[in-house]
Amino acid sequence: MTAVAWARSNLFRNRRDAVTTIVAGLIVGWVLYRTARFVVVTGRWEVVRTNLTLFLVGRYPNGDQWRVAVVAIGAGFVAGLVAGQVARRRLGAAIANGTPLPTVPFTDRVRDVVARYWPALTLLLLLLLLARTASPWLLAAATIAATVAGRLLGARTPRRVGWAIFALPAVLPLAVLPFLTDPLGWDRWGGMMLTLLLASVSMIACFPLGVLLALGRRSTLPALRAVSIGVIEFFRGIPLVVLVLMSDVALGFFFPRDLLPGKVVRVIVAFTIFTAAYVAEIVRGGLQSVPRGQTEAAQALGLSPVRITGLIVLPQALRNVIPALVGQFISLFKDTTLVFIIGFLDVLSVADNVTKQPEFRGQGLIAETLVFAALLFWVGSYTLSRESQRIERKLGVGTR
Amino acid sequence: MVVAFGLWLAGNVRANSAKTNIPLSFDYLDQPATFPIAGSSFRPTQSVRDAIVVGLGNTVRVALAGIVLATVLGTLIGIARLSTNWLVSRAAKVYVELFRNVPVLVLVVFAYLAVFLRLPRLEDATTVSGLLVISVRAVAVPWTRTDGRGWLVLGILVVAVAAAVAVARWRHRAFDRTGQPAFAGVAATVAFVAVVAAAFLATGGPVDVTAPHLDGRVLRGGIAMPPEYAALLCALALYTASHVAEIVRGSIQAVPKGQNEAATALALSSGQRMRQVVLPQAMRIAVPALANQYLNLTKNSSLAVAISYFELTKVTQVSIASRAPAVPSYLLLMVIYLALSLTISAITNQVNRRLALVER
Repeated sequence: MTAVAWARSNLFRNRRDAVTTIVAGLIVGWVLYRTARFVVVTGRWEVVRTNLTLFLVGRYPNGDQWRVAVVAIGAGFVAGLVAGQVARRRLGAAIANGTPLPTVPFTDRVRDVVARYWPALTLLLLLLLLARTASPWLLAAATIAATVAGRLLGARTPRRVGWAIFALPAVLPLAVLPFLTDPLGWDRWGGMMLTLLLASVSMIACFPLGVLLALGRRSTLPALRAVSIGVIEFFRGIPLVVLVLMSDVALGFFFPRDLLPGKVVRVIVAFTIFTAAYVAEIVRGGLQSVPRGQTEAAQALGLSPVRITGLIVLPQALRNVIPALVGQFISLFKDTTLVFIIGFLDVLSVADNVTKQPEFRGQGLIAETLVFAALLFWVGSYTLSRESQRIERKLGVGTR
Repeated sequence: MVVAFGLWLAGNVRANSAKTNIPLSFDYLDQPATFPIAGSSFRPTQSVRDAIVVGLGNTVRVALAGIVLATVLGTLIGIARLSTNWLVSRAAKVYVELFRNVPVLVLVVFAYLAVFLRLPRLEDATTVSGLLVISVRAVAVPWTRTDGRGWLVLGILVVAVAAAVAVARWRHRAFDRTGQPAFAGVAATVAFVAVVAAAFLATGGPVDVTAPHLDGRVLRGGIAMPPEYAALLCALALYTASHVAEIVRGSIQAVPKGQNEAATALALSSGQRMRQVVLPQAMRIAVPALANQYLNLTKNSSLAVAISYFELTKVTQVSIASRAPAVPSYLLLMVIYLALSLTISAITNQVNRRLALVER
């Protein structure tokens, strides 16, 4: 279709459409012009450039930043492993039959990856361009190389041992924590690293709790059911801000002095319980979507109730709610900004603090730093939501 | 086991309270608050209870206005996303993806620090004549003003709505009986306007609309919103609108295609198709999801703590800082939020029941 024909059918179908296009075009054009002017001309990005490290890793000691680099490369490798194993399982039947696999040209593969992850790749490029030294370039290259290596290795790992790969993302964060925490302890994390710490630990911890609450809500024991409903409805009814504030001020009253955990752990507990209540409702929806016949068939086979739940009902239920769970995790990722309120040095707080540094004070740079902070979150959240939509399409939820 | 854990926690609270001399009772509610609340007539000598009431009022104000704004804006954008015009649907999509994927707290702080606190001073405020006064001290919009007979205005409105409903019922019955076009909507509107106009003339205009204007260095007329309120409202409305837009789009797409085709076959115009066939069915799908968003917006209003707008959470936080005991304060705060959530759920459940498909 030529450009003219396309414009005629999409922008100027009739007179009213043409007027709409012109009016909307003026508004969009003005917004685009203002945005472009801010980014290129009026925005003073020196403050972001100077404080890039602070934004990303907070006050992590300079001499120990190699630890972060090691974790980044390792995370890339694991992500590659998982992606490779997923791809293998999808092609599993073809491999078993010995059918030759369709070969995808290298350029096509690169194009697919770019189309899929363009927000993250653009952000990476932007960060690299803002960096003043060569080491971030090396780190990015090493991480990408590790990801590719992981992808290749993952695709060659047989199914038999492949399940271990899927356990890695859940177990590894807990294992690398001591490694990362060693130089500065729990309570002095900052920047994007703090956000990722809060989000990933709460995510992993809230999942089993949420599943237990969901099962409790469907239990036949009245006491258990009542407690589960109480916990779920209570934590869904109050704002997360209140829980975060409470974790800071009031949680100390519920524990003996010497048992009281540090600030970060307390706020993680708040995020975990809050998200678990929502996860419980999502999982309950999934449990309800599994046909009764499945349970009855399992009973007919003589399985114990625990096995029926664990082997028959839960796997089907969870598969149905993966997109909703990812949505909940995206909210959690965004909600970690709330620690700003109780004085943590998270991304938002860095954005606020750097405008008060002596060389940047009183210049009204808050718009620039906040836009940068928002960009970091936007890229993470948008990438996750696109992946979630992909999974949704792949699983065919709602279409069968 | 759960009970034992609960008892252990309660025991700890009691022990800690005894150790630190911070009481657990609600007596503090009657003590003087000792802190002022910006933008209200609250005095520090009034009790903490009064402060919490002021905070509750502020929460409700921002939540109600936010719900209305987010619904209007979100519906417009949701419909725009389905437009056949490429530019319009693209712009709506960019809006949704932009605002949905940014933390709402970042939006709140941005709106406050980078937009509303950067507005010109009151002396050189931007004014759009007769409509807006925009300054860092306050953003003012036109508002109604009563001459001390507010109850009369309310009474007139109630009577007018009743008249409109009665007329609409009568026209609907006429339509059911004769099958002729009955113009129920038009007739009801006419009845409403007629009653309001007649009462207005009869009572000599108890209410009028005032536009904000600058009188030297004083802002007069209209209603003035402090920057904290305006920033919170804008951020919450823009953020929630992006979610509402997705709900509206999904609900309209979820109405079976056949409905639209059947309406076309009956020779309904495109406006009639949308208003009388598609939207009523889309609403039925949208209501539970919208209710969730309204709950979220109300709970998100607590983000005001970051910008010092004195709603419930901020009032509680400040009162704890000025020596109110933490545990009872937070307990009370949670109970109030639970009550608010349950109220919104009850209202939306009622609406949902009215709209729900009546099956055999």
